[in-house]
Amino acid sequence: MTSSPNIISRKGPDLRRVFPVPAQPAPRNRLAAAAPWLVAACIVGYALFAGGYPATVVGFALIYAIFVSGLNIFMGLTAQVSFGQSAFAAVGGYASAILTTQYDWGWLPAMVAGIAAALAAAFAIGYPTLRLKGHYLSMATLAIGLIAHEIAVEWESVTMGYLGISGIPPIDIAGYELAGDRAILIMLSLCVAATVFAVSRIRSSRLGRAFAGLAGSEDAARALGIDVARYKLVSFLLAASFASFSGSLFVHVVGYVSPEVFSLHMVILSFTMLYVGGIGTVAGPVIGALVVSALPETFRAFRDYQDLAYGTALILLLIFAPRGLAGLFAALDRKPSSDRGKGGTAP
Amino acid sequence: MTAAFRSPAVSPVAVPGPSASGPAAPVLAAKGLSARYGQVQALAPLDFEVGSGELVAVLGPNGAGKSTLLRAILGLVATGGEVSFQGTVLPRRNPAAVASRGVVLVPEGRGIFGPMTVAENLELGAWSLGGGRRSRVAQERRLSWVFELFPRLKERLGQTAGSMSGGEQQMLAIGRALMADPKILLLDEPSLGLAPRVTEEILETLGVLNRSGLPVVLVEQRAPSALKLANRAYLLSLGRLAAVLDPREVQSHDQLAQYYFA
Repeated sequence: MTSSPNIISRKGPDLRRVFPVPAQPAPRNRLAAAAPWLVAACIVGYALFAGGYPATVVGFALIYAIFVSGLNIFMGLTAQVSFGQSAFAAVGGYASAILTTQYDWGWLPAMVAGIAAALAAAFAIGYPTLRLKGHYLSMATLAIGLIAHEIAVEWESVTMGYLGISGIPPIDIAGYELAGDRAILIMLSLCVAATVFAVSRIRSSRLGRAFAGLAGSEDAARALGIDVARYKLVSFLLAASFASFSGSLFVHVVGYVSPEVFSLHMVILSFTMLYVGGIGTVAGPVIGALVVSALPETFRAFRDYQDLAYGTALILLLIFAPRGLAGLFAALDRKPSSDRGKGGTAP
Repeated sequence: MTAAFRSPAVSPVAVPGPSASGPAAPVLAAKGLSARYGQVQALAPLDFEVGSGELVAVLGPNGAGKSTLLRAILGLVATGGEVSFQGTVLPRRNPAAVASRGVVLVPEGRGIFGPMTVAENLELGAWSLGGGRRSRVAQERRLSWVFELFPRLKERLGQTAGSMSGGEQQMLAIGRALMADPKILLLDEPSLGLAPRVTEEILETLGVLNRSGLPVVLVEQRAPSALKLANRAYLLSLGRLAAVLDPREVQSHDQLAQYYFA
């Protein structure tokens, strides 16, 4: 409706109907809300048109967009920190890899089994650790990621250790294998669209309001009757299921999995995407994943200075768009005197 | 009867008048309620009662345990003893369950959700009422009541809460608590950081709420303003109950100061 978060859900009283909020200048706001999606569509559209290497890069970016969208539920909507989400991507990825190559499962049941396993792991891990706050929770989740990586390396009888598992079949629909660049890209775009839809529904639901409440102040949320521990766990489970989903997609697209895929590098990259795109926004993870993945490629012409240019670009982005790209579009739309400038109100 | 209000661990400092004796049938009754943060005892065991329709002030200097008392009633801290509300014992360490029984806290520092709009804050206030159709009707009715009490909130409905003035934020914090359909309202220093005129305005509204039948527990550092409204006042000092006062018997500032520093 506007660029502000629509936490007022269908289920709550429609406050805007009872006491109409002064209308926002709709057309400009609508453009600002659509801008990140337009940019994302352009990048995906270019990759579809070009095929080949750009399609591969953008394909990986879309898988990341799903992973980061899940991370965003936990970190953006619920304001918690997790460095260990790569563990749940690993659970999904390895479940898909092992079940399809060694037990001849179909990709869909394997993916569902992976998500179920990730949920079980997230429940077992989240129940005790989510009592921790701030730095303690960060350290505990960091340990989870490292442990998962270590298990993938050491449990050779199942994961094949550093060798990894190869020969993972691509996803097929009604007997048609999605193997070409463009087919995969379209499939991944649809997965991202479904993820975005799910996240925006979660955000505007009663659940999303509980997340926003405990993100704002845990004590205040408790005093209002919100069961903080329970909703933190739900948020963690949701993030884990999206991570597992993205892990499964990754192994089917690449056809191979090894422990390096789910290393600390993945965590750092996903954090960069989340902050560059705009934490707490629905569009942020998608635009962040696409831009952060495309940036190094656009600086390829700089050759030896590619990493320097990439780093500089990231720093500039964070200086000039501290609330992320999704927030930047909304901020450009706003008048400086607007009162809506304080954090977390972008699309 | 008066002995019931006194911490067993401390000798009486003040001699409470007859009207400082407890209500015949308390709505909220805490027996031997104590609280600690880790190893530190922040509140020595005390008895605390609020009668139906009463406004009870909790006074005392910084660090006296006033906020801790409210947090202990809600179960936000580790506690000893027992708190019952409307005849049933409240669960401990489960503030969400306590809140859903209608024991609603307006926390110190307001605890409003800054990035959210006023409307969204108020909507979250009604969380414990659930999301069904019936609660929606009830919420709309409560909302118009909140706007009657604080017309300024209606004007600021679409504004982010963090961008409002301190007084408006306090109004929002109280309005949000009222959305939860409280059976008793606990307020932790609503005057904190506010200009005297704004404080008076807010305390006046609390008086109106209380006269409409809502029991109120008001934690305040500004003792004189609180005593004007209160039926009874509990005076805490260094984590202990020092006295239960009858506001009508507190004649002068000096007398109060004597209690504070006795």
